[in-house]
Amino acid sequence: MEYFVIIISAIFVNNIVLAQFLGICPFLGVSNKVSTSLGMGAAVTFVMAITSVVAYLLQYYVLVPLGIQYMQTIVFILVIAALVQMVEIILKKVSPSLYQALGVFLPLITTNCAVLGIAILLVQKSYNLGESVVFSVATAIGFSLALVLFAGIRERLELEDLPKAMKGVPIALITAGILAMAFMGFSGLV
Amino acid sequence: MNKWQTFTKGLIKENPTFVLLLGMCPTLGTTTSAINGMGMGVATLFVLTMSNIVISLIKNYIPGKVRIPAFIVVIASMVTVLQLCMQAYVPALYETLGVFIPLIVVNCIILGRAEAFASKNGVFSSALDGLGIGCGFTLSLTVLGTVREMLGNGSIFGYKFIAGDGILLFVLAPGAFIALGYLLVIFNKLTAKMK
Repeated sequence: MEYFVIIISAIFVNNIVLAQFLGICPFLGVSNKVSTSLGMGAAVTFVMAITSVVAYLLQYYVLVPLGIQYMQTIVFILVIAALVQMVEIILKKVSPSLYQALGVFLPLITTNCAVLGIAILLVQKSYNLGESVVFSVATAIGFSLALVLFAGIRERLELEDLPKAMKGVPIALITAGILAMAFMGFSGLV
Repeated sequence: MNKWQTFTKGLIKENPTFVLLLGMCPTLGTTTSAINGMGMGVATLFVLTMSNIVISLIKNYIPGKVRIPAFIVVIASMVTVLQLCMQAYVPALYETLGVFIPLIVVNCIILGRAEAFASKNGVFSSALDGLGIGCGFTLSLTVLGTVREMLGNGSIFGYKFIAGDGILLFVLAPGAFIALGYLLVIFNKLTAKMK
């Protein structure tokens, strides 16, 4: 039951993009087409699941025993950067077809604040290992959901005749606002 | 380009939020009130200026191939310094800004300036560049924070000017997107007129 609450809360109620404002850059940047946003979503889910395990182990088996929790930011960002590189290299060797699909998105993920954000958040919420993994995968699904929905809307927006000053990012932001409003409807769920 | 222009270009012409559209996460996430927006802006200004100074000092000793990881370590150290200082002196603001303080590390503005400016210029110019871009960022965050606080709460910097509540939506998540969207429209209109 607890896992169920975490999943619903992470996907709908506290959606990482629309309620917590993490990962806005890919949200605005890679959301022009539904197909690319699906690829980005899959890549983020993959990396986030691994990051959550690694962040959990680092925090409770390295940083806490040594008493250096203040080094969290430096350690996490370096490990995430290295991890993304490693995932890229391994994917290239083991599964070239998956690499073909996700490859372009992987380097972008290092600077995706959602990944570092999730590592810090799950330490803040003091989840155990199982909860951490469930939480981060659910969050990543929430991210993909928001991205794909938004891409669907933007594909249509391109055909609209808009005032010049509103074209591009401004109208995208206003649309995102309305989407966020729709997601607020879920807030009574949990 | 003279020194004065190095400083002032960040305010309007290369404003990180309204022109370059960088660092969107803290821009949307922390501007629930004018004072929070300003706090976030000043925190970023500090990290940006310090990391620009350090990187321009050590730029000749970093091998080209590992320069991005080296920049990230410098930036992350500055963020850690900032975290410790904020916890000691302004714990209330640190609590409000929460996860966005450690996330300054992945703010693309800072790595962008390190790569585009500090790694090619002297210490003094880099410091000025960091101050200028940082002030531009602080300015736009304060403006967005003020607009949201005015509409959502009927107050500016905590001083109420209307009785009762405002349009609560603007303090909540959707208001952030909508307010920034319309501010961008106004900014685009104004800059188009100036040209």
